[in-house]
Amino acid sequence: MKSARLAPMAAVLAAALATCGAAHAQEKVLRIAMTAADIPRTLGQPDQGFEGNRFTGIPMYDALTHWDLSKSDAPSVLIPGLALSWAVDAKDKTKWVFKLRPGVKFHDGSAFSADAVVWNVRKVLDKDAPHFDASQVGVTASRMPTLRSAKKIDDLTVELTTSEPDAFLPLNLTNLFMASPAHWQKKFDAAAGAAPADKAKAAWIAFAADASGTGPFKMARFVSRERLEVVANKAYWDPKRTPKIDRVVMLPMPEANARTAAILSGQVDWIEAPSPDAMASIQGRGHKIYFNQQPHVWPWQLSFAEGSPWLDKRVRQAANLCVDRTGLLKLLGGMMGVPKGTVPPSHPWWGNPKFDIVYDPVAGKKLLAEAGHSPAKPLKVKVQISASGSGQMQPLPMNEFVQQSLKTCGFDVQFDVIEWNTLFTNWRKGAKDPSANGANAINVSFAAMDPFFAMVRFVSTNTFPPVSNNWGYFGNAEIDKLVADARNTFDDKGRDVALSKLHARIVDEAPFVWIAHDVGPRAIAAKVKGVVQPRSWFIDIATMSMD
Amino acid sequence: MFPLLLRRLLYALPIMVGVALVCFMLVHLAPGDPLVSILPPDASGELQAQLRTLYGFDRSYPEQFAGWVWRALQGDLGTSIATGRAVSDEVLKAVGNTLRLAVFATLVGFAFGALFGFVAGYFQNSWVDKAASMLAVLGVSVPHYWLGMVMVIVFAVLLPWLPPSGAGPGGSADWLWNWEHMQHLVLPALTMSVIPMGIVARTVRALVADILAQEFIVGLRAKGLTDLGIFLHVVKNAAPTALAVMGLQLGYLLGGSILIETVFSWPGAGFLLNSAIFQRDLPLLQGTILVLAMFFVLLNLVVDVVQSLLDPRMARG
Repeated sequence: MKSARLAPMAAVLAAALATCGAAHAQEKVLRIAMTAADIPRTLGQPDQGFEGNRFTGIPMYDALTHWDLSKSDAPSVLIPGLALSWAVDAKDKTKWVFKLRPGVKFHDGSAFSADAVVWNVRKVLDKDAPHFDASQVGVTASRMPTLRSAKKIDDLTVELTTSEPDAFLPLNLTNLFMASPAHWQKKFDAAAGAAPADKAKAAWIAFAADASGTGPFKMARFVSRERLEVVANKAYWDPKRTPKIDRVVMLPMPEANARTAAILSGQVDWIEAPSPDAMASIQGRGHKIYFNQQPHVWPWQLSFAEGSPWLDKRVRQAANLCVDRTGLLKLLGGMMGVPKGTVPPSHPWWGNPKFDIVYDPVAGKKLLAEAGHSPAKPLKVKVQISASGSGQMQPLPMNEFVQQSLKTCGFDVQFDVIEWNTLFTNWRKGAKDPSANGANAINVSFAAMDPFFAMVRFVSTNTFPPVSNNWGYFGNAEIDKLVADARNTFDDKGRDVALSKLHARIVDEAPFVWIAHDVGPRAIAAKVKGVVQPRSWFIDIATMSMD
Repeated sequence: MFPLLLRRLLYALPIMVGVALVCFMLVHLAPGDPLVSILPPDASGELQAQLRTLYGFDRSYPEQFAGWVWRALQGDLGTSIATGRAVSDEVLKAVGNTLRLAVFATLVGFAFGALFGFVAGYFQNSWVDKAASMLAVLGVSVPHYWLGMVMVIVFAVLLPWLPPSGAGPGGSADWLWNWEHMQHLVLPALTMSVIPMGIVARTVRALVADILAQEFIVGLRAKGLTDLGIFLHVVKNAAPTALAVMGLQLGYLLGGSILIETVFSWPGAGFLLNSAIFQRDLPLLQGTILVLAMFFVLLNLVVDVVQSLLDPRMARG
């Protein structure tokens, strides 16, 4: 009798345990080894460059505008994110009106609205705001240099103001991620500290450890410098991007061999930037290597300061014609894009430049001879380079290859090899600064996602050091006008036409030696399906699935 | 004992001040921008100046040093520029992880080093001595980051017996002393133990050979003491120096091996230093170096005291 009463209970318990076990067993967990040495910041404005946006920005947060990451065979273009539409004020071109997506909720359950947009703009631009955070300013303000303020019009409409007419604003806003004001306020209320500034600081630290955005993944576990775990946000507003993977674990693993061992041993399912010599063994274990053209440029940026050998356009074009990029491609095991300019010919900003960047040493030698130099009477140039660095690919062997390549045409290239962060700092100071150490070119790779980053900062006379990265002091009135035309053209197609004119002019003037584009290789286990490697620095984990 | 302790503590004070000063100067003398981790290269001059003021880098070096030392004396090592988290929390967590690794590696290194050293010292110039000495030389000479990679390839990739990296299945935060977690310790600790093993083996071999040649050993033998008794006398005489060497090795290992911790993604002090260097996170770098240097100073103090306990002649000296 007693056992008869216990039997149903035992059956229920067994069923419950079986269900729990099955649910646990079925959890789809994707483990990623990043190249970063630490988890990129999780409070909404990630650090560690675009790897930060890729892993702690886009999965957990949304911006008003997004990059389309759904295609691998076309350039990644701007699409609506938390904003449904946007338009510049017809009378005052410094004002933009953004219509917001209704019904969106933060992970903590609070509603996304115009107030949240205003709050997120103020967190980096308004020093008097209680939630202003200096540590987020650097990575945010520089990516949207003209944004000044935000004003609520109604719950789903917000007005953004720029310092000058700027058609690039919607592109720049992909970098402003929306964190939850309500969730932050809870952290603030619970924070220790007497002064509001101390409480705000503590609130941001607490928020980073327990974040809340609107993105397709929610933060689940954070162990500083070791791991970030995010879980699927099944209530995500975009059904196409509602995650099929239950949990994503991100591990910082800066050492390339450690990442390789991690995927080969099955410790992770995905590694960023596998070293070229490990790719065969990784593929041999059945994993896949994904890569695609990236909006990334690996150039020599040339100096136009007085006395620079690059002042002669023939010399600049000769150097571009003398780089054997196909040979370099072989050196890198195929993991490189061959550049034809800052953007590729299929890009809306391409613009058909007259100068064709190809490997033509005969034409290069001819141009150099016209400039008075030959292999017998070489032209001495000095390039400041780094031995390593984020986005720098393989700087030493690549630069040495280019050095040999240019030598055959009549260039005598010397290198000034310095530490990466120092090179980065020197980049801001310009070719006329003593930090250039006599170099007349600098090798710093860069992202070419938006027009300011890709072109304007290198060619405008308004971006000479220390304002921005026109290290070589290149620019003239004609280029400035092309920049102004692009900035003041507010329909998308017209803006792209204006930018294509600017790009064509830049390629013709050759203020760079364009050497390579990175292709962002990553190794991913075959069991991960639906991987789309777009022509972008980013990748969408939300649309992937796992066997 | 108390006067000795007091004297050693007094010796340690100027060393600590010197360490703090050198550590501050080193990180500030290095080229580069301290705000590079939060300031992209395209940041405007205005923005750079704004952040420099907000972080206090616009103040003079003496002002910055005085402020840093004053806060450090109160246990506040500042805030990491890159993460915004308290440096003391970051450092303590990393040092805890390194301590786990270093103690394990030192124990392994000392056990095998002492074994090889005694065997080699007792059987001088025999093939056993030569084999043990060769192992000791190998231990000192082999690049440990290379050895780490080879160990990973063999024991994690080819023979999937051990995990290649990390500090546990869920990170170091929920560390437990069970095999699931301990297996993460095996490869980095063995790699790390190779250098102390070599050094201890060579030291102990020389000590044993020296002690065995001394007259009191002949006297003990003449008095009919057994081999075990003589062995115990040798151990007692060799222990102070061997312990001092072990203490120093533990001190070196506590500094965290940047290379080993990076190869094994072990979240210790070396990994933290590596991250701080590459991010040019000055407060984190200063705080980590300071704490590690203080550990080293304190460890030397402890070794001095232990040596004095084992050998009263040292306390008198």
